[in-house]
Amino acid sequence: MAAQKMTLAKGINAGLRAAMEADPKVLLMGEDVGKLGGVFRITEGLQKDFGEDRVVDTPLAESGIVGTAIGLAMRGYRPVVEIQFDGFIYPAFDQIVSQLAKMHARSRGALRLPIVIRVPFGGGIGAVEHHSESNEAYFAHTAGLRVVACSDPADAYWMIQQAISSDDPVMFYEPKRRYHERAEVDLDPQSGSRLGLHDARVVRDGTQLTLLAYGPTVKTCLQVADAAAQEGISLQVVDLRSLSPLDTETIDRAVKSTGRAIVVHEASTFLGLGSEIAAHIQQECFHHLEAPVLRVGGYNIPYPPSRFEEEFLPGLDRILEAVDRSLAY
Amino acid sequence: MPDVAVHHETVVPQAQQDITDGGPDMVQFVDGEGTRLERTPANTPYADIVEALTPEDGRSMYRDLVLVRRLDAEGHALQRQGELGLWPSLLGQEAAQVGAGRAMRSQDFAFPGYREHGVAWCRGIEPEQLLALFRGVDNGGWSPSELNYHLYTIVIGNQMLHATGYAMGMQRDGVVGTGDEERDAAVMAFTGDGGTAQGDFNESLVFAGVANAPLVIFVQNNQWAISEPNYKQFRVPPYQRAQGFGFPGIRVDGNDVLAVYAVTKAALDNARSGQGPTLIEAFTYRLGAHTTSDDPTKYRSAAEVDIWREKDPIKRMRGFLSQKGYADDAFYASVDREADELAVRVRTACQNMPEPSQERMFDEIYVDPHPVVEREKAQFLEYQAGFETEGAR
Ligand SMILES: Cc1ncc(C[n+]2csc(CCOP(=O)(O)OP(=O)(O)O)c2C)c(N)n1
Repeated sequence: MAAQKMTLAKGINAGLRAAMEADPKVLLMGEDVGKLGGVFRITEGLQKDFGEDRVVDTPLAESGIVGTAIGLAMRGYRPVVEIQFDGFIYPAFDQIVSQLAKMHARSRGALRLPIVIRVPFGGGIGAVEHHSESNEAYFAHTAGLRVVACSDPADAYWMIQQAISSDDPVMFYEPKRRYHERAEVDLDPQSGSRLGLHDARVVRDGTQLTLLAYGPTVKTCLQVADAAAQEGISLQVVDLRSLSPLDTETIDRAVKSTGRAIVVHEASTFLGLGSEIAAHIQQECFHHLEAPVLRVGGYNIPYPPSRFEEEFLPGLDRILEAVDRSLAY
Repeated sequence: MPDVAVHHETVVPQAQQDITDGGPDMVQFVDGEGTRLERTPANTPYADIVEALTPEDGRSMYRDLVLVRRLDAEGHALQRQGELGLWPSLLGQEAAQVGAGRAMRSQDFAFPGYREHGVAWCRGIEPEQLLALFRGVDNGGWSPSELNYHLYTIVIGNQMLHATGYAMGMQRDGVVGTGDEERDAAVMAFTGDGGTAQGDFNESLVFAGVANAPLVIFVQNNQWAISEPNYKQFRVPPYQRAQGFGFPGIRVDGNDVLAVYAVTKAALDNARSGQGPTLIEAFTYRLGAHTTSDDPTKYRSAAEVDIWREKDPIKRMRGFLSQKGYADDAFYASVDREADELAVRVRTACQNMPEPSQERMFDEIYVDPHPVVEREKAQFLEYQAGFETEGAR
C-alpha cells in the first residue's frame, strides 16, 4: 500500500486522517464538516471514525470559528479549520490578521497557535459569485502567518500533515478545480526525501524560460510547457508551494538558469503575489535577465460571472502569448 | 437624561430611559450608604453567598478596592507626566472588577479587554506589568498562562471568542463537572457595553450556548462607549439578551462589590459544574474619561457624573464595614498607607522600566525560522552597526 492512486481531495482527506491518528489534539472544525464531510467532501468519513468532538460541526459564523479555534489552541489543541469557500473568509479576516497572526509576538513567544486554516480557492468550477476567489495575497502580506498552496494529490497528502504539525498558524490553500484530479501518492512515511513545507520545486525542467505558479495554475503551466515543446520551446515550471515564506533560493536558481520568468496566478495581478515575485527577481537576478519579468493573472476586476471565467483565468493562450513576448526580447 | 431628537413615531428604547437606575431586576445587597438591604426577588438566590462572607473577607475586599483605585490613579498620573502614552482608567468600576476577580479560582482563566486592571490585580499580575503596553515597550506585559490571565485585547470583541474556545477546550479536557473543586474550571470573558454590539461578542454567545461551554460573560456596562451612550448600541440591555442565546443573563449592581462577587461566584460555580454559560451585566459607570486622550465634557453632563459619584463603590463598602462594626479608622488608615506605598512602587517601576533592545522587534514573530524576518533582522543589525563604525552622523 506504499503508493496509491487517489484524487487531490482524497489526498487531503488521507493526510487529515493520518494527522488525527498521530495526535489526539488535532481537531477539525467548520461548517458541515461532520456528517456531510464538507461541501467538497474533504473531511468525509472522519467524524464517523473520530467522533463529534474531534470533527466539529460549527455554527455558521466564520469569525466565531477562527476565534474559538484560537482559544482551543491556547488550551493545547491543534485545530484545523475549514473555510467553506474562499469568498467566505472575510468575516474571519479580523481574527486571522489581528489575533491569529500576532498572538505569538504579542505574548513574546509565550503563546503558540498551531492552527491550520484550509481554504478551497480559485475559479474554474462554474460557481456563482464569492465562490472562486484567490485572496492569498491578503494573508501573505500579514507577518505571523504562513501561507501555502498545494497543487497535486501527493503533495497535498504530505503538506497538510506538515502544516498541522507546524507550531505557526498556516493558511492552507487548496485548488478546488483540481480536487478531482488523480495521481500516485506515496503513503510510506519512510520513503524518499520529502520536500519541506516551504520549499518550492521544479516540476518540469526547461532551458528557455521559467514559469512560476502555485495551486491550480501549476497544472495549467505544465500544459503550456507541453504545448510549447511541440514548437520546440523549452519551458521550465516551478511550483512555488509556499507563498509566505517564498523559497527564493529555488526561484533565483531557476530564473538564473533560463534568464526569463513569468509568474502565473489566478488572483488579480495588481499587488498580487506576482508583483512581489517580479520585484524580488528584479532585485536579485538583474544581471541574469534577458527580458523583464512578466505576470499573467486574473484581471483587476471582481471575479466575473462564470460565463466569463475562461477569459478571466490565465489559460494556455494567454500564457503562451506572454512566453512569446518574453522570448522576443 | 440626554436630549435626543427622535422621530415622533420612534419608540424610545428602554436602555435610554434612565442610565442611573438599574431597575428591579438588578441584584443589589447594600445601598449607596452601605446599608444592608432586605431580601428581594432579585437578590435572594445569592443571599447565602453574601451571608457566608466573614468580616475579614469584607475588609480584604475593601483593601482591594482602595489599592486598585490607587493603582489606576497612578497610571493616570504617569500618563499626564509623559511616562505612559495612554491610560484607560477604571475609576468607578473597581467593585465590578474586584467582585468578579475575587470570585475566580486560580484554575479559572480570564480574558480581559484593556481596562480590567482590577481583575488583573485579583489574578496576581504585578501592577507594574500592566504599564508596559501603555508605555510602548511591549504589546503585552505578562505571560498569559502563568496566572491564567490573558493579554489585554485592544480590538473590541476579539477576546470573547478566544474565551469561548478556551472554555470549549476545558470541556474537552474533562475539567468541567467532575465534582472536584480543585480541578473543575471555567473561563471569564470581559467586555464593555459597546463591545456587545460587535459580531464577535454575539458569535461568542452563539458558540458558548451551543457548546454549553463553562463560560461567564461579564459585561461592564459603564454606560458609555467613548462618546456613545447605551441607546446607540442596543435596544435591550445586555442581560436580557442572554436568554435569546439559551442561557441566563443577570444584571447586578456593579458598584456593589458584595453583589458582584455573589453573582459571579454563582455563575462560575454553575459553569464549572457543567451547567453552561451565564451572562452578567454589571451596571456601573465610568467616572473618568474613556482614556487619557478623551474629553468627556463634549458629550455628557456633569449632573450625570454627580449622580454616579454618589454611588461610589468604595464609599459604599466603607459604609457597610463601619455600620457592621467590621472595621475601624485604624484599619482604613493602614489601607491608605499601603496605597501610598503601592503608588510609589508603581511609579518607580515605571520610570525604571528597561528600554527593549531594538532588534527585539524581529523576535518571536514565528515559532519556526522565517527567512524574510531573519534576512531583515540581519540587514537591520548591519545598518545599525554602520552607525557605530562611521561614528555619529
Ligand atoms: C473593533 C474596534 N473598533 C473600534 C475601537 C476603538 N475603541 C476603543 S474603545 C471603544 C469603546 C468601547 O466601549 P465599551 O465596549 O463600552 O468599553 P469601555 O471602553 O466603555 O469599557 C472604541 C470605539 C476598537 N478598539 N476596536
